[in-house]
Amino acid sequence: MKIKVKLFATLREKREKEMDLEIHETTTPGDILDLLGIPQSEVAIIMINGRHSKLNASLTENDTLAFFPAVGGG
Amino acid sequence: MNKFIRVNMSSGEIEIQAVPNQYIGLGGRALTSSFVNDEVKPTCHPLGKNNKLIFAPGLLSGTSAPNSGRLSVGAKSPLTGTIKECNTGGVFSQQMAKMGIKALVIEGMPEDDKFYVIKVSMDNVAIEEAPVEILGGCGNYDAIAFLTEKHGKNVGIAIVGPAGEHRLPSANISFKDPEGNIRSAGRGGLGAVMGSKKVKAVILDDTGAGTVPIAEPEKFRAAAKVFANALLSHPVSGQGLAAYGTDVLVNILNEAGGLPSYNFTQGRIDHNDIISGETMNATITERGGDGKVSHGCHRGCIIKCSQWYPDKQGKYITSGFEYETIWALGADAGIKNLDLIAYADRAMDDIGVDSIEVSVAVATAMEGGLLPWGDGEAALDAIKQIAVPTPLGRILGGGCAVVGKVCGLYRTPVVKDQAIPAYDPRSVKGIGLTYATTPMGADHTAGYCVSGNILKVGGDLDPLKKDGQIEYARSMQIGTAAVDSTGMCLFVYFGIADSPEGYQALIDMINAQYGLSLTSGDVDKLGESVLKVERDFNKRAGFTNAHDRLPEFFEYEALPPHNQVWDFTPEEIDEVYNF
Ligand code: SF4
Repeated sequence: MKIKVKLFATLREKREKEMDLEIHETTTPGDILDLLGIPQSEVAIIMINGRHSKLNASLTENDTLAFFPAVGGG
Repeated sequence: MNKFIRVNMSSGEIEIQAVPNQYIGLGGRALTSSFVNDEVKPTCHPLGKNNKLIFAPGLLSGTSAPNSGRLSVGAKSPLTGTIKECNTGGVFSQQMAKMGIKALVIEGMPEDDKFYVIKVSMDNVAIEEAPVEILGGCGNYDAIAFLTEKHGKNVGIAIVGPAGEHRLPSANISFKDPEGNIRSAGRGGLGAVMGSKKVKAVILDDTGAGTVPIAEPEKFRAAAKVFANALLSHPVSGQGLAAYGTDVLVNILNEAGGLPSYNFTQGRIDHNDIISGETMNATITERGGDGKVSHGCHRGCIIKCSQWYPDKQGKYITSGFEYETIWALGADAGIKNLDLIAYADRAMDDIGVDSIEVSVAVATAMEGGLLPWGDGEAALDAIKQIAVPTPLGRILGGGCAVVGKVCGLYRTPVVKDQAIPAYDPRSVKGIGLTYATTPMGADHTAGYCVSGNILKVGGDLDPLKKDGQIEYARSMQIGTAAVDSTGMCLFVYFGIADSPEGYQALIDMINAQYGLSLTSGDVDKLGESVLKVERDFNKRAGFTNAHDRLPEFFEYEALPPHNQVWDFTPEEIDEVYNF
């Protein structure tokens, strides 16, 4: 199935900021980090369709998966 | 800090007193709010002789504690009618502290129509007529350069721009930063209060000032080191804020569906990357020249969230280019051009208006048909009219609530007539409780619940659910009131929220400086007492719980993409201040 992956801030360095991926139904956000070669320790926030999520969450067709490092401001 | 200076603009009298007993242990917001509550008639007109303006450094200002150079400015606000504490960077706070000045109060107002400059040096305080060169439309950048040339490179300067001279409700007070650029005590129109007292500028000459006395220097140094380590080892305060500035929030709020757009009708935009922190960083790096990705608003800031944003030729346009301003013009008003937003930011600093209030007012004016949607050139031109001021300039300078009224709008995003900033309360529920209940009017910095809701620092709450938000909004407001009293920049929060040693080090520094033995319980009590004092003032000014509400449209208009409405009941909202 197809999903969209978005990367932000430092995670964009030397990577595409947005990509469409073809994945298996059992693939988790954690697996996708491995696939992209992003250490889990660099990721602080995961969102699926704009909702905070976890490394082992399940994904469905056409989901948008977003990864952020620790960010802050105000 | 043993001097308490009062300048009476009615009589021209200047008093340099010892610090009154009840203020000895206070600093920053605790001091300004207690003073305003003690001495300002709550029902006074904010622009009349009964209002008083007070400047106070924080408890740790002037020391070597990292990030301790923030200043509090207090008065009754002409925008909200409530008590107001505004917090700013620049060199003023550390200079006041080193000069031994606990507070500087400006009261009364002259009968004549001239503007004045107050000059404070170690052995003298004088009221002089303001030089004509800096009056009648002169922008803050030129005025600061003129005053620096006249009074010396190292003087501290607090100044009102044309908007303050015209006493507009969005007028701020601008402060010279270490390089002669501008930081602002932005919100709530305190520049109008200073302008009403006919004070164009306050100059601090710290020649001959000593150092701030520290009761236990060894302990202080040790605690300051632990504190600095906590800040530098957290990814947000240690690296993130320096690299991307606060504008890094555009993308995460957008992704979370909490970026209010097109006057609060959408929670997400497609052009987010045109205005994002990532783009700002790349643009500054690529253009080079005067550009700096990170910069501190006062000496001793080690987080450095500020930056110098240059034009295509590499020439400085603006600094302290904040997420809230960029959000308001870029998303809420739909201006898809970061350079135009930078010029607007510069213009607002130069004219001396709050860049949140006026930028939200621009978006509201677009909804009201005063300006075309997304038109950055038209917005910039309208903002520049505030300096004249033309009728349109006066309307925008009147703030978001005024624009909403003038345009007959239902959807006007204000609480207590202060514009709601960059985080939609329908999809970031915790921050909505802060907007509704803080004594300041809608102000994200009064209890930054975005942190635990969206950023997951210092908490983990579901931003779309009510669970835990009341307690969280309460504790964030209490903690913030305490931090605002120390002179610390609020961003130290990211470094200490999840670091008990870092938090303890902050308390240890205060203890070492003053020879005290405060505990974290005492710090909470300080925060609570500040909020109680502020609520007391507001109550006596005529505010009730009925004012602690968000605009009605949030209850009826669901915000895409999560299609949420604001659903806290009045009783639930009132629980926030149940302590
Ligand atoms: S982190 Fe930013 S706001 Fe805070 S003191 Fe440093 S430059 Fe100023």
